[in-house]
Amino acid sequence: MTAALTPGTSGRRPDPFAGHASPMGHGNMVRKEDARFLRGRGRFVDDIRLPGMLHGAVLRSPYAHARILSIDTGGAESHPKVRAVITGADLERRGMAWIPTLSHDVAAVLATDKVRYQGQEVAFVVAEDRYAARDALSLIEVEYEPLEPVIDAHRALAPDAPVIRDEIPGRTDNHIFDWEAGDAAATEAAFAAAEHVSSCEMLYPRVHPAPLETCGIVADLDPVSGRLVVYATAQAPHAHRALYSGIIGIPENRIRIISPDIGGGFGNKVAIYPGYLCAVIATSITGAPVKWTEDRSENLMSTSFARDFHMRGEIAATRDGRIQGLRVQVLADHGAFNGTSQPSKFPAGFFHIFTGSYSVPAAHCTVRGVYTNKAPGGVAYACSFRITEASYLVERLVDVLAFDLGLDAAEVRRRNLLRPEQFPYRCATGWEYDSGDYPRAFELALEMAGYDELRREQARGRRTRAETGEGTVMGIGLSFFTEAVGAGPRKDMDIGGFGMADAAELRVHPTGSAELRLSCMSQGQGHETTFAQIVSEELGISPDDIEVIEGDTDRTPFGLGTYGSRSTPVSGAAAVMAARKVRERARLVAAAMLEVSADDLVWDKGRFHVRGDRAAGVGIGEIALAAHSGLELPEGVEGQLDATCVYNPPNLTFPFGAYLCVVDVDPGTGQVTVRRFVAVDDCGVRINPAIVEGQVHGGLADGIGMALMEVMAFDTDGNHLGASFMDYLLPTSMECPSWELGKTVTPSPHHPIGAKGIGESATVGSPAAVVNAVLDAIGVRHADMPLTPAHVWSAIQGRPLRTDLAIG
Amino acid sequence: MQVPAHFEYQRATSVEDAIALLERYGPESRIVAGGHSLIPMMKLRLAQPELLVDINGLADLGGISLAGDVLRIGAMVRHAELLASVTAGTHFPLLHDAERVIADPVVRNRGTVGGSVCQADPSEDLSAAFTALRATAVIEGSAGVRRVPMREFFHGPYQTAVGPAEVLVELQIPLSNSATLAGSSSAYLKVDRRAGDWAVAAAAAVLRIDRDSVVTEVGIGLTAVGARQFAAVEAEDFLRGRQLTGEHIAEAGDIAAQHCSPVADQRGPVDYKRHLAGELARRALHAAAARADLAIIGRL
Ligand SMILES: Cc1cc2nc3c(=O)[nH]c(=O)nc-3n(C[C@H](O)[C@H](O)[C@H](O)COP(=O)(O)OP(=O)(O)OC[C@H]3O[C@@H](n4cnc5c(N)ncnc54)[C@H](O)[C@@H]3O)c2cc1C
Repeated sequence: MTAALTPGTSGRRPDPFAGHASPMGHGNMVRKEDARFLRGRGRFVDDIRLPGMLHGAVLRSPYAHARILSIDTGGAESHPKVRAVITGADLERRGMAWIPTLSHDVAAVLATDKVRYQGQEVAFVVAEDRYAARDALSLIEVEYEPLEPVIDAHRALAPDAPVIRDEIPGRTDNHIFDWEAGDAAATEAAFAAAEHVSSCEMLYPRVHPAPLETCGIVADLDPVSGRLVVYATAQAPHAHRALYSGIIGIPENRIRIISPDIGGGFGNKVAIYPGYLCAVIATSITGAPVKWTEDRSENLMSTSFARDFHMRGEIAATRDGRIQGLRVQVLADHGAFNGTSQPSKFPAGFFHIFTGSYSVPAAHCTVRGVYTNKAPGGVAYACSFRITEASYLVERLVDVLAFDLGLDAAEVRRRNLLRPEQFPYRCATGWEYDSGDYPRAFELALEMAGYDELRREQARGRRTRAETGEGTVMGIGLSFFTEAVGAGPRKDMDIGGFGMADAAELRVHPTGSAELRLSCMSQGQGHETTFAQIVSEELGISPDDIEVIEGDTDRTPFGLGTYGSRSTPVSGAAAVMAARKVRERARLVAAAMLEVSADDLVWDKGRFHVRGDRAAGVGIGEIALAAHSGLELPEGVEGQLDATCVYNPPNLTFPFGAYLCVVDVDPGTGQVTVRRFVAVDDCGVRINPAIVEGQVHGGLADGIGMALMEVMAFDTDGNHLGASFMDYLLPTSMECPSWELGKTVTPSPHHPIGAKGIGESATVGSPAAVVNAVLDAIGVRHADMPLTPAHVWSAIQGRPLRTDLAIG
Repeated sequence: MQVPAHFEYQRATSVEDAIALLERYGPESRIVAGGHSLIPMMKLRLAQPELLVDINGLADLGGISLAGDVLRIGAMVRHAELLASVTAGTHFPLLHDAERVIADPVVRNRGTVGGSVCQADPSEDLSAAFTALRATAVIEGSAGVRRVPMREFFHGPYQTAVGPAEVLVELQIPLSNSATLAGSSSAYLKVDRRAGDWAVAAAAAVLRIDRDSVVTEVGIGLTAVGARQFAAVEAEDFLRGRQLTGEHIAEAGDIAAQHCSPVADQRGPVDYKRHLAGELARRALHAAAARADLAIIGRL
């Protein structure tokens, strides 16, 4: 390196990793996958081109609710480049027009009787190129009889509401389920005895994870071997294989799912979508590989949305703000099919962790799911199975309580936060929080932000504004969240009947490099790096020498994939345990090599040496070679060092954090500027701190997006009003301040290295902080997300908007 | 993936050639400039021209320069070029205000001034800017060159004075309102939901005041609020000849708000947009006044 390029002398930002080799184990290192991503050398589904490959396109419904009177595909079929046109009637003949969902319902693949939301799949065209496929869509003639749609979830159960799922015999309404958690009687008693009750109606609007890469597939059925290879944007390749097998009747041994690089998932790529199945059917009809790649509007209109919880929360407290009880009623808009991807026994996901981070003696919630004429889904966008909704609810309610009682929002939190000695803590709805020191994280966030000085600044600003009537108003918003991630214990949870344990296979090559095969699936989180570091820490092999293999069912063990921040808690634990098995085997081999008893050996990261004699030792590489050599191996070692582990987590892990947001609002225009965002996260032991911070950065941006601009609203006809990035706004770096991150480390007591998940923490925790800040600035008790300039201004005028409907 | 329908493509070698191509292929042919409005519409198949006539690279349509008593801006000048132009910024600071909030750098690198005004989207920022500046559009067809004042240029949403076989050559802004003249300046203010978003509403203000702070000329442009020809004519008429006081500016804002006709959409309800029209007109006038004459601020 020349002197001019030495960090600090050239004016360039110093490279935090300069001169550092990869750490042996945990610590900051440059992500191994970045070399290809930054050079544009990632390989995504749409990059895959197979010889003779055809292209699919989906014809979608323009109506939210309509009866299909006829479909004429003749025009499309006579297009010279069209090879097949598939309709619901074709699927019906194969028994595949409807498929089971993961939530005890069925969903249409291609509509047969009716269309039930705008953008629903009606027909699939297969052509020689993607242009011809699209051209042919306009040659299909569909005759619809429009029906009244159900758009407002509050109208879904009205006696005169049209029945969306009238194909189900005997169905006379749009009710899906009622579910409850907690102790209703104890909660009732707490409310009856309370000195004060605050209540608030709030909507967590329908939003969309909108990954950079949309969903896609290349399906390739070999007509000779009958083997189906599917390249897909799948966050859960093994689950997909099992589901495809069940739906199309090909046994798993003849299905291979390959998930190449994925450009963001956020739960959007857990489900199996109609387009995928159509491509699979199309390859079987045409005998050629078929690619289908969604466009942006299709992604926003038809794939898994998130949230859409209409909540009524009540909080009972003493006059000095000590919480006595929490009660919530939720109306959950699930769209036209109940297609949430979540543990089967939890129809509202983990929403019942809504007591959050507080000591709440009594709590009860009821959740009612309803059908509407909107796309199915609900569990996505880094929600940790609906903890986003739960966390937002309680953090808003605590602010409403502070507002009603005239107390400082920080002080109310201080009075109610769980204390360290309460852990492990069993909350009123049954979750057992593993570990935490909440006051420490909270006070750290306040101190980093300079909370007291901010409040003084705010008071000064208010006085100035009262005198001059000019300037912006500043607001401070807090949130403290508790997550529950790493699903999950087999006895408690399954998805589609599959227990949620994960496997890891670790192979150590003769010269001491290794490969780790995992069932989870990176979508940009940096698994190739983090998991290599996990093994490195256990075995003293450099992360550079450990290959992490994911996303190919032929090359990885069974497991349920990546979502719900479960990779490090579950697959990470499996990797640790497999590495420890390797280490114990290596100990036996080392003992044979050194001709000592295994008990006399001491492990020194990467090397066993004889107790008391550091010089008498062998490194992991030498041991690996010996394990593959002619050396006579001791009992308990069959040869080689490879190991497998299936890890069944004893509990979820409970990351937490304290967030503080400072905004400036222009009351004349309603525009919000996020001035500062302080985030203290505790995700237990941090494996690669830079990756952890990257995950937090993304989640904080999500929070600004949801709080200020993201929403999918619908007009009275059921038209989707957020079907492109011109209408569905994602935040940019311009809306994000320079994040101020802090941390505390409270290891998980039951995870083998004390790590908790981090992938969704900031998305869960940040929206409430931003909303609380805006409402604090304008002195309004409540207004729903997103707080667009129009909404902020309207809220100041005392007319907050219904953000899920068209603005009238 | 979004893909456009079939179309043909021809690269014009001169303005005359472009006009000839448009005439030969008729109404299904379209000029493509930066393509940042047209191509997205083609990908969504909302526009399906049969022929694209590419005018990129026609030197006659480029450049920003002073010519006599006008500043001329070629139709093919990119947003980024206008934003970087010291000449444009010195004479008409509102052009830089506007360019700074149009789309994002990627769009600004390709999108053109001519394409913006020819697109005539009700939310196009430059439409209100040029309207406030009383620019003139220079349009060329096989019959020759026409000059159309900006305030007669827009015939409705997505409709302009440019005929199907005509090319917008340049925009000319009279230097009589140049900020280099004492008592004269301009400003543009926009409210959006996010950087790079189209305007919820925006306002352009051009002011000239004499030594006694009397308004001798004023231009007020409004974006995205349904103002006829993007202009707040009634507010201009009110201010012209009046003393520039805080009260008068406030009243001009109210008049501008009354006379526009915004429509509700997901950017906001009518009452909010109407409020913004007034609020932004007021603020833009204040900002222009402050630039025109720093001494005046104390008096407002
Ligand atoms: C993501 C995004 C965000 C945007 N945000 C904003 C914004 O905030 N504010 C804003 O004002 N604009 C915005 N725009 C629009 C952008 O400024 C315009 O797309 C662009 O300036 C139009 O110019 P163009 O050169 O790309 O036109 P093109 O797309 O090439 O053409 C547009 C139309 O004008 C016609 N045309 C073009 N040049 C001529 C000519 N010389 N003579 C006759 N007809 C002609 C074309 O035939 C076509 O009908 C945005 C665009 C995008 C893609």
